[in-house]
Amino acid sequence: MFALLGIAVVALGFLLRAHPLLVVLAAAATTGLGAAWTPGVDIGALGLAATDTLRTFGRAFNDSRFISAVWIVLAAIGLLERSGLQEQARRLVSAVRAASPGRLLGIYFVVRQGAAALGLTSLGGHAQMVRPLIAPMAEGAAETTIGPLQERERMLIRAHAAGADNIGLFFGEDIFIAIGSILLMVGFLQQSGIIVEPLDLSIYAIPTAIAALLIHGTRLLLLDNTLRRRLSDTTASSAR
Amino acid sequence: MITLTHVYGLAGLFFAAISMLSARDTTNPRRLINALFWGLMAVSFLFGNQIGDLGNGLIATGLVMLGALGLGKGAASLPTGETRLAQARRHGNLLFLPALIIPTTALAGTLLVRQSAWAADWIDPGQATLICLAIGALIAVGVLMIWLRPPALAPLEEARRLLETVGWAAILPQMLAALGAVFLAAGVGEEVGRLASLWLPLETRTTAVIAYCLGMALFTIMMGNAFAAFPVMTAAIGLPILIRGFGGDPAAVCAIGMLAGFCGTLLTPMAANFNVVPANLLDLPDRQRAFNGVIRAQAPTALGLLVVNIILMNGLAFSS
Repeated sequence: MFALLGIAVVALGFLLRAHPLLVVLAAAATTGLGAAWTPGVDIGALGLAATDTLRTFGRAFNDSRFISAVWIVLAAIGLLERSGLQEQARRLVSAVRAASPGRLLGIYFVVRQGAAALGLTSLGGHAQMVRPLIAPMAEGAAETTIGPLQERERMLIRAHAAGADNIGLFFGEDIFIAIGSILLMVGFLQQSGIIVEPLDLSIYAIPTAIAALLIHGTRLLLLDNTLRRRLSDTTASSAR
Repeated sequence: MITLTHVYGLAGLFFAAISMLSARDTTNPRRLINALFWGLMAVSFLFGNQIGDLGNGLIATGLVMLGALGLGKGAASLPTGETRLAQARRHGNLLFLPALIIPTTALAGTLLVRQSAWAADWIDPGQATLICLAIGALIAVGVLMIWLRPPALAPLEEARRLLETVGWAAILPQMLAALGAVFLAAGVGEEVGRLASLWLPLETRTTAVIAYCLGMALFTIMMGNAFAAFPVMTAAIGLPILIRGFGGDPAAVCAIGMLAGFCGTLLTPMAANFNVVPANLLDLPDRQRAFNGVIRAQAPTALGLLVVNIILMNGLAFSS
């Protein structure tokens, strides 16, 4: 019964913004001790349960090293960044001449999702791409194709620029076989005696990725209509 | 035959080098904490099978403590922005090709090992993807060193720079997998299954799928992190009920469940990096509110995809 306290520790710990690593360790300790606890249990037995839990945690940590082994790819990614990979991505994006804000964001969304699916999650991001490039370009496209923007519509475009980045990343990266979430699943299943290859998991990310492409792509294309309608409403009402 | 042990040896040497570069980086005010952190990672990768379960538990504890103390960042080793822009102008789109070496090698290698007995003699078929990924990374570094001729230590210095931006979060997935093992050993799944069957209608497959997917999304909304929700919900519902009870395919249940969690990430201010940081960067007027413009822009897609994930899991995980 008290083994469930570990789940409460995880939920509360993250909710209260405690350091995630400490939350994980505290949850493991709580789970191990909670499983051993019965009314009137003596301290020695609890001490034994604590070291047993540390052993279980240590063995699983050692078995799951492959999850962190993939960081060696940073040597290659770092070399590419040093040679101007992100600058080249920015040059490519800024050369896009999209006819409307919805189409511009749609193109960025598709590119972001495709790059993430190839493991290039660093080609994008809010500080690197959205704020300096995507949001201003989308606002510019709206001003040239739809007309002068009100504050509310400008903010809507900005919010959608950030959303396109997030959604493209989330529903692209799991297609890549060596991303943290995929390897976490491999490790978790391995601990329960179920062996799956990363490739088996990433294949099941593809249908949702296609659905994300269709749903969010359509919404971005419809954004142009929303902006047009809202702006014509405000001009009509101010002319009255 | 190349096995995961070789990859661990390579990763161990990599983390040892990161540790040494951190130790001598006088621009980093917390260089000793960084050096110890990556040094412990090196010990884990190089000697993890020799030091016993308790030794590994102590290493994990040490990493948690060092991570909680806080890792530091040194000065960036990158050349200036103008230099990089000049490089980008000179090399153009050719720069994207080496980036594709890693995924291509990993995918092609995995498929080759599955198809040909010859390749399976060379590469451990059980771990083909990770081994091929490591080989792909080595090839990419080799190609870049020959093509661009950066200083000899550049790959390690750049990896140190990137690892410093990731920080302690680099080991969070591994830690969560270990937490999952503790949950399993303590019988958390059975407990929750027993409790859940009292309160939730989990007798039919469809309601169990809905409970797992909604649970992943809700836990992620609460905690701001789908990775943290995964071991909890999978130990509680995914593994005991969907996989063991209804015979669901583990890969489909877990992969789609994680994506249901990502739908939750799009809906929560707890995922600050994704939803609050951009609202601040873009000066959104409602950036202080719980459901700021970014979350509202994402919500219809997130809710739609949550429904799609439930339908997909119900259809794909139980086909055989």
